[in-house]
Amino acid sequence: MNGRKSSGKAEWLTTMPSLAWLALFFAVPSVIVLAFTFHGHTANGGVGEWSLSTWRELVDPDYPTIVWKTVRISFEVTFWSIILALPCAYAIARMPKRWRSVVAGAIMLPFWTSFVVRVFAWKTLLHPDGWLQACYLTWLKVCDWSFGWLPGFLQRFLVWTGFATAGHVDPSLATILDSETAVVLVSVYTFLPFAIMPIYTAAEKFDFSLLEAARDLGATNFYSFRKIFLPGVRQGVVSAVLMVFIPVIGSYVIPQMLGGTECILIGNKIFMRAMQNRNIPHASALATLMAVTVLVPMGAAMWWKRRQEARDRRKLDVRTNRLMTSGGAS
Amino acid sequence: MKRSYFSTAMLAAVLAFLYVPILLVVVYGFIPNGIAMSFYDASGNFAGVTGKWYSMIFTGDNRLGALMESFWLSLTIAGLATVASCVLGTTAALALHKWRSRLQSLHHALVYTPLIMPDILIGISLLMLFVACGVDCGFWTILVSHITFCVSYVVMTILARLQDFDDRIVEAAYDLGAGPWYTFFHVQLPILMPGIVAGGLLAFTLSIDDVVITSFVNGAGTNTFPTYVSSMTKHSRNLPAVFALSTLMLLFTCVLAGLSKIVARGQTQKERLR
Repeated sequence: MNGRKSSGKAEWLTTMPSLAWLALFFAVPSVIVLAFTFHGHTANGGVGEWSLSTWRELVDPDYPTIVWKTVRISFEVTFWSIILALPCAYAIARMPKRWRSVVAGAIMLPFWTSFVVRVFAWKTLLHPDGWLQACYLTWLKVCDWSFGWLPGFLQRFLVWTGFATAGHVDPSLATILDSETAVVLVSVYTFLPFAIMPIYTAAEKFDFSLLEAARDLGATNFYSFRKIFLPGVRQGVVSAVLMVFIPVIGSYVIPQMLGGTECILIGNKIFMRAMQNRNIPHASALATLMAVTVLVPMGAAMWWKRRQEARDRRKLDVRTNRLMTSGGAS
Repeated sequence: MKRSYFSTAMLAAVLAFLYVPILLVVVYGFIPNGIAMSFYDASGNFAGVTGKWYSMIFTGDNRLGALMESFWLSLTIAGLATVASCVLGTTAALALHKWRSRLQSLHHALVYTPLIMPDILIGISLLMLFVACGVDCGFWTILVSHITFCVSYVVMTILARLQDFDDRIVEAAYDLGAGPWYTFFHVQLPILMPGIVAGGLLAFTLSIDDVVITSFVNGAGTNTFPTYVSSMTKHSRNLPAVFALSTLMLLFTCVLAGLSKIVARGQTQKERLR
């Protein structure tokens, strides 16, 4: 039954509803978006004649900066999410079995409150009179101080890529609301459960007696975590990275509500162009750019997975061969 | 082996991090001063705790008319989108499970790609479709969009369930003289039901929480709960009502989850007894 090759009337009948629906409402719109990028726009908000003017206008230095900013923030959010998710997943996987599902459920529970409402709750938490503002100023000072210790070329590189700002930050002007930090913080808050879950699923299958063996052989806790646990759950880490990175690339509600004018990402630009300026071709071109930004890491992850599998298989082959030849020699 | 205190402490910190805003949502539902969102009145005196937002919700107060309207619209759309995406998702999952042809690999690609695309891209491309066809945005465009992004999640959930489905049961039904329709409704559907229910629940939560796609295709004047709330956050004196309503929803889902857990436990016990 499973894997039957012949296609008949039954197959068409079962496939058609969903296939037609998704073709009409997913594939066709994607093609329309792509087609619109090769049109100019008219003054009254319509779509103009075929032309390359939209793509020519995208070279405008504004757009590459925004794309890079979006990618950079996605990197930062992914980094912090994974850093926080790894020990959490480890801790949950080491719990007694009946506690595991309770804690895993507790991690997913916040999702039953509306996303917008949660982001709004954060907005009040980040109010300039609140205690998080004081934490933010301390954090800025710590960053400033540690930045001064870095070698010069690294400082220049970080400033150039936008991970750090040149010069000291004025504490009287720095508010956590309407800053990039607020966007990163709340994005981590929103997507952290999506990072914990895949790593936890991988960690649950991990054989923890390997860690004990490593300790018996004299490895420190951190060393065995890095050299044995991390490679053991790498599949989960890869899917966690994708689960966080891709939605952050497309996020626009969080920067809109918490980022102010400081933090405008591709998502916000698309929304502005499509809904406020009524410049449909520009919005389409930005959407195409975003799709490329998403598909590149996705493709890279798939390629990496395939290569890893091929390498594992080759290693196994070599080992079996060696075993068989050595067995033959003795 | 020694327990790792570091990772346990991290887990506790992360749980606190995840729950602080939820706690705030519950607390904010009792705020008396809705304009400044604070427990203090204009002259700086503590104004106490109030339950007036809850009573306004339950008595159907006029000041909350638009909010409640958007809330019921969200429920309607989520309900309809859930039913439609479950029907489409079940047929799609059955087809993907049963056949391995070129058609199915195309089908699979179409089902899988929306999952890896950010929501905003689905939103904008649907908006472009409606613009290109000259359709006015409103209730129907929201519904269509919600069905579109829910289908893929439902298919994936049901496919996972189909993986441990014993296909010989279907063949046995055929051998015993059942037709394809009879087999579907009396054999496959009951076995798949838990998967369909899980997929439907996922679709419902995704649909009721969606703000990104809806904000592209809702047109002027039609607001679901999330889009209405995000427009309210700028200037509104009734904001605590949003938090009160969210608290009620949270309570409701907690009770539902608890009940489903009890029912599931009862069922496994029954199966064990058998």
